Amino acid sequence: MRTTRFLVLAAVGALAVTGVTACGGKDDQPDAGAGNTVKVKATDSVCEVDVTELDAGQATFTVTNSGSKVNEFYVYAAGDRVMGEVENIAPGLSRELRVELPAGTYETACKPGMSGRGIRGALKVSGTAATVAPDAALTEATASYQRYVTSQTAALLTKTEEFVTAVKAGDVAKAKALYPVARTYWERIEPVAESFGDLDPKIDGREEVIEEGMEFTGFHRIEKDLWTTGDISKDGPIADRLLVDVKEIVTRANAEKLTPLQLANGAKALLDEVASGKITGEEERYSHTDLWDFNANLEGSKAAVAALRPALEQRAPELVAQLDKEFANVEAALGKHRDGDGWKLHTQLSKADLKELSDSINALAEPVSKVAAAVAR
Amino acid sequence: MSEQSSTAGRGRRRLSRRRAITLAGVGVAGVAGVAAGAGALTRDGDRAAAYDGAAGAVPFHGEHQAGITTPAQDRLHFVAFDVITKDRDRLVAMLQEWTAAAARMTGGKDAGVIGAVGGMPEAPPDDTGEALGLPPSQLTLTVGFGATLFRDAQGRDRFGIAGRRPAALADLPHFAGDALRPEISGGDLCVQACANDPQVAVHAIRNLARIGMGVVSVRWSQLGFGRTSSTSRDQATPRNLFGFKDGTANLKAEDAGLLREQLWAQPEDGADWMTGGSYLVTRKIRMQIETWDRSSLAEQEQIVGRTKGSGAPLGRRDEFDEPDFAAKGDDGQPVIAVDSHVRLAHPTQNDGARLLRRGYNYVDGSDGLGRLDAGLFFMAYQRDPRRQFVPIQTRLARNDAMNEYLRHVSSGLFACPPGVRDAADWWGRTLFG
Repeated sequence: MRTTRFLVLAAVGALAVTGVTACGGKDDQPDAGAGNTVKVKATDSVCEVDVTELDAGQATFTVTNSGSKVNEFYVYAAGDRVMGEVENIAPGLSRELRVELPAGTYETACKPGMSGRGIRGALKVSGTAATVAPDAALTEATASYQRYVTSQTAALLTKTEEFVTAVKAGDVAKAKALYPVARTYWERIEPVAESFGDLDPKIDGREEVIEEGMEFTGFHRIEKDLWTTGDISKDGPIADRLLVDVKEIVTRANAEKLTPLQLANGAKALLDEVASGKITGEEERYSHTDLWDFNANLEGSKAAVAALRPALEQRAPELVAQLDKEFANVEAALGKHRDGDGWKLHTQLSKADLKELSDSINALAEPVSKVAAAVAR
Repeated sequence: MSEQSSTAGRGRRRLSRRRAITLAGVGVAGVAGVAAGAGALTRDGDRAAAYDGAAGAVPFHGEHQAGITTPAQDRLHFVAFDVITKDRDRLVAMLQEWTAAAARMTGGKDAGVIGAVGGMPEAPPDDTGEALGLPPSQLTLTVGFGATLFRDAQGRDRFGIAGRRPAALADLPHFAGDALRPEISGGDLCVQACANDPQVAVHAIRNLARIGMGVVSVRWSQLGFGRTSSTSRDQATPRNLFGFKDGTANLKAEDAGLLREQLWAQPEDGADWMTGGSYLVTRKIRMQIETWDRSSLAEQEQIVGRTKGSGAPLGRRDEFDEPDFAAKGDDGQPVIAVDSHVRLAHPTQNDGARLLRRGYNYVDGSDGLGRLDAGLFFMAYQRDPRRQFVPIQTRLARNDAMNEYLRHVSSGLFACPPGVRDAADWWGRTLFG
């Protein structure tokens, strides 16, 4: 908690110094002359952006709301693709938006009252994109996590192939044994996978999230058949489809370049997955192998934090110490429920066991939720 | 509504966050004449001073904790925590952080120094935001320490304070008819949040629970409404869910001599750190509402020992008339039955022992059998439960005619330390400092 205060106060300090970008390394650039610092005056009826042309690279918009309504500010690329946004700018307040803009044509928009298309303006960005002042530690973080994703997706593919083969061969026992193993690799990188919104429900959708007109497919469909009727004789096409979808997501995940901020948010999202889906036993309602997923989410979260670690050690050493302690605490709490190479079933845990796990996840998720701000500084 | 539909096309995760922000904005904008949105403005200490009456602020610092003799507010959120850390320093740090947040929130400010909005976009806000734009609403936050904080169930001295457990914090005995559920009883720490706006009370507990993540874990909590006791002579006596006035003979803030004698722990009581504090007993008492409602007015009044309309003791005219326990009716029977609630609970029948009751009605929905899951969340402050609550409840549990309609399902006992003196002081300093 002390760490939070520290971080947040630092942020306020940065905001108070108008015209100076908060992240380091840009001080050597002339301010408005470079065109990378933009002032935006927003009222209830006006959205005055002080430039209409910018050099490619990172731009910092300082949005001041002098109206009476809560405002928002957006930078849109063609088709209203959001390049960056800052929300909930209360009357009288200034907020900053830092966004990386390659050459192209964009639109700016203020949304007084936070509704509608907003008050639009044109923005032209030209030149070659100057790379953002490189922070070696953060650059290495993304590269390091990329390697993790590559290794996990490779294993995901292999294990899914084995699982699919077992399902198609009608080998129920083998398919049951492989199911939680294949899912481990999925769960470790779940936020990356979930960022592909169309594929995630096909692969990992639970029965209740399937909308009308959509077929219930993927891991959980086969899970249901394996553990309820034990009849997988008709699951061949579903298994084939699963493999196709997993291959597609593996290709896409490896092509995706994650930002440090996405890493930080992913680490938190994985713990949210544990808190909302695994502790409750909702995720694996037929197989009850939720603790496999729990462990995989935890490992994935730890991997993302580990990738950011060198950067965090520079920026928030207290936070790193707290994270280490709380990760160890969750691992110890979870470790009590090991069963051979795997994990006890969710149904074998008492309410007190689950409460202990829930407490430890909450204790960890609080410091993890501070990582993004530390990275963004 | 247009706010919501304009966001409907977005992803699910995004939608929920956006909607929350939008709705918060709408709520604030609804307060006509208040500049919209700026939480930092509306939940501002200086502004708080401008509110009075039910919306105003109750001073947080003082000799005694607020929320005991403070005129009972309309709403309650009570929470009991288990301490899950073994680290005394972490516990103390959390208590200090809680104190700072409590001082802020009772003053109508956000829980943290940054607040619900205006911080870094990438950071979770240090206030959860649902009280933005709401006045202090006489919020009081009162902390207490349970016996298990001193020694756990295995008898271990958890934080080096076992020797400081006050004698008055003796475990309550089993009372006849108790149907206590352990999972909603006890607790190492408690916080009582009372306010005239339920959202303000819930906001306070939620933020304290969040600050405590990793140090404490919520064991159980209870919402209450419609105070069932008056703690000041300025307050009318309210009614409980049986429809009767409750708390007529309560200890009240104006009874200075009685408060010293019956409410506040004194230096001679043996635990120095508790001087100026008080002991809180909580009992969740489920009422068999439906069967009570089928009983005749005469039976109800016989059971309570008061008239349902005015609250006067049977045989007397006015609510505050002293009950005449000796009076007999034409049939030669006592006018106030020997097993009536008022007779068994009355100070004159209990060697003068009195309580400062501060309970609230509760309705936890229904019980799946078509019955209201409802009753009284009884809270009583006192100087020494061994001389006050325990003997009174022992008599009630054995003899009270009302027991047919009651079930005690939860119980708690907490030592509530003296008040936080000033900004440098903190909850528990006299115990841990």
